Amino acid sequence: MHGMVNRALQGFIVANYGQDVWAEVRSVARLPEDGFEAMHRYDHAVTLTVFGAAVDVLGKHPNALLEDIGTYLVTDPQLEPLRRLLRFGGGTFLEFLVSLEELPDRARLAMPELEMPEIMLQAEGCGLFTIAARWPVPGIAPLLIGALRAMADDYGALVFLELAGIEGGTERLRVRIFDIEFNEGKAFSLGQVAE
Amino acid sequence: MTAPVLDGPAGLIAAAALDRLLPMHLLLAPDRTIRHAGPTLEKMAGRGPLAGQPADHVLDLRRPCGLDDFDRLLAADGERLTLALRGADDLPLRGVLVRMPDGGALIDVSLGLSFERGVTRFDLNGSDFSPCDQTVELLYLQEANAVIARLSRQLTDRLSAAREAAEHQALTDPLTALANRRAMDIELRRLLEDPGAEFALLHLDLDFFKQVNDTRGHAAGDHVLIEIAGILRGDLRGMDMAARIGGDEFLAVLRDTTTPEGISMLAERLIRRIERPIPFEGRVCRVSASIGAVATTAYGSRPGADLMMADADAALYRAKKAGRATFAIHGRQAECLNREKRADDPRRG
Repeated sequence: MHGMVNRALQGFIVANYGQDVWAEVRSVARLPEDGFEAMHRYDHAVTLTVFGAAVDVLGKHPNALLEDIGTYLVTDPQLEPLRRLLRFGGGTFLEFLVSLEELPDRARLAMPELEMPEIMLQAEGCGLFTIAARWPVPGIAPLLIGALRAMADDYGALVFLELAGIEGGTERLRVRIFDIEFNEGKAFSLGQVAE
Repeated sequence: MTAPVLDGPAGLIAAAALDRLLPMHLLLAPDRTIRHAGPTLEKMAGRGPLAGQPADHVLDLRRPCGLDDFDRLLAADGERLTLALRGADDLPLRGVLVRMPDGGALIDVSLGLSFERGVTRFDLNGSDFSPCDQTVELLYLQEANAVIARLSRQLTDRLSAAREAAEHQALTDPLTALANRRAMDIELRRLLEDPGAEFALLHLDLDFFKQVNDTRGHAAGDHVLIEIAGILRGDLRGMDMAARIGGDEFLAVLRDTTTPEGISMLAERLIRRIERPIPFEGRVCRVSASIGAVATTAYGSRPGADLMMADADAALYRAKKAGRATFAIHGRQAECLNREKRADDPRRG
């Protein structure tokens, strides 16, 4: 897995549970003291080992942890640049959702070697969408649920998200949009306000 | 209100369609007044509805010529224009003009390379651009690149800090923080490669150190070594260098100190300082030192590091043989050899 993915896992644990917990996860996973480096590559097995260690140390359900990580990616103040990049996907949550299939290409523009999930969006009508996603490691659907819920908040949309099963490595989730402009959402302007 | 319809070369185009396709366009009448403006351009100009206003009040056409030379401008049909909006002169825009059948012109404008500043200045958002316009993707890319550049920079900083630490570690004696043998080898070779660098090499070996270690323990021995390192550091100048190369062995390089008198003075002073009692846990430790020295000037031609090291070592051996607390200088100055300075030392049997 790309170092960015691993680094996000590390950042999530440090931001939400502190350095001590990260040190414990690291030692359970037998990871060197420096932790992950964002610009390096690691075997998928390393990522899975560290995630498994985090599940054990925190005593959380893997899906709950993945959802939290997804939310962290969008809402953590330190990751504001990432939130901004995601907001380039569209002016409303609906536009953003429709642009999700473009997300891998969009990410590859900036970082060609980053493994992005393959995403297929299907409109079922009446504000209901099904997302099918594939990723080199399992867990993309709960991760997307956390991230999409946070993005909906960011846009001020009212949505309902649920897992919709796994089939041959393809993970599915359902998105139901109740109100595209439920509240104001968080500010976003194309031009950067402050550097 | 009926939407104005433009009679274009491809037939009739509704202004609303034009607004969607080219949101930054401007349609000029033959008299250079604005007939219609795209919504984004109107927003950027910031002076209300533009229809009816003289184009010159809104646009500053810079290349190929100004609006006043309208015929020449019309002749530039299809060429790239450089222009700016009045009131935003520092943001050069890019444009293209096509001649209209009525003698007027259609100008389309883009932010060109000022896109980043332009989007901020004019407070534009995604819906201000045609879905076919890649400006938003350019902004995205620029921002993503900045993030990645920052990450790369952080990585480079971390790596160079780690490299510095590793280098420092590789060249430092951990107990005394003096240079180690490797650092001294590098320094010696460097100095010997510089034909202008004259220096003395001192090989210093502690006397009675084993007794300190045996009777007072290794902690006392370590303490003594740290104190000796302090003496060496204090006595040498910034351009000199001292290294611990073994248990109780030290090397020192003294720049521009090559005369027997200069070396003698320094060696004597060092030995005297080293002989001062060193307090440790309520009692004192006493050691002394023997020194063998060699100067670059003692050789007919530039010596090698190995030869200087061997000669300093041989001089130290002579000093040791002559008794403790002694120094000897290699070379022609025979009168300096085995010069005993501490004949009154009570510890010498």
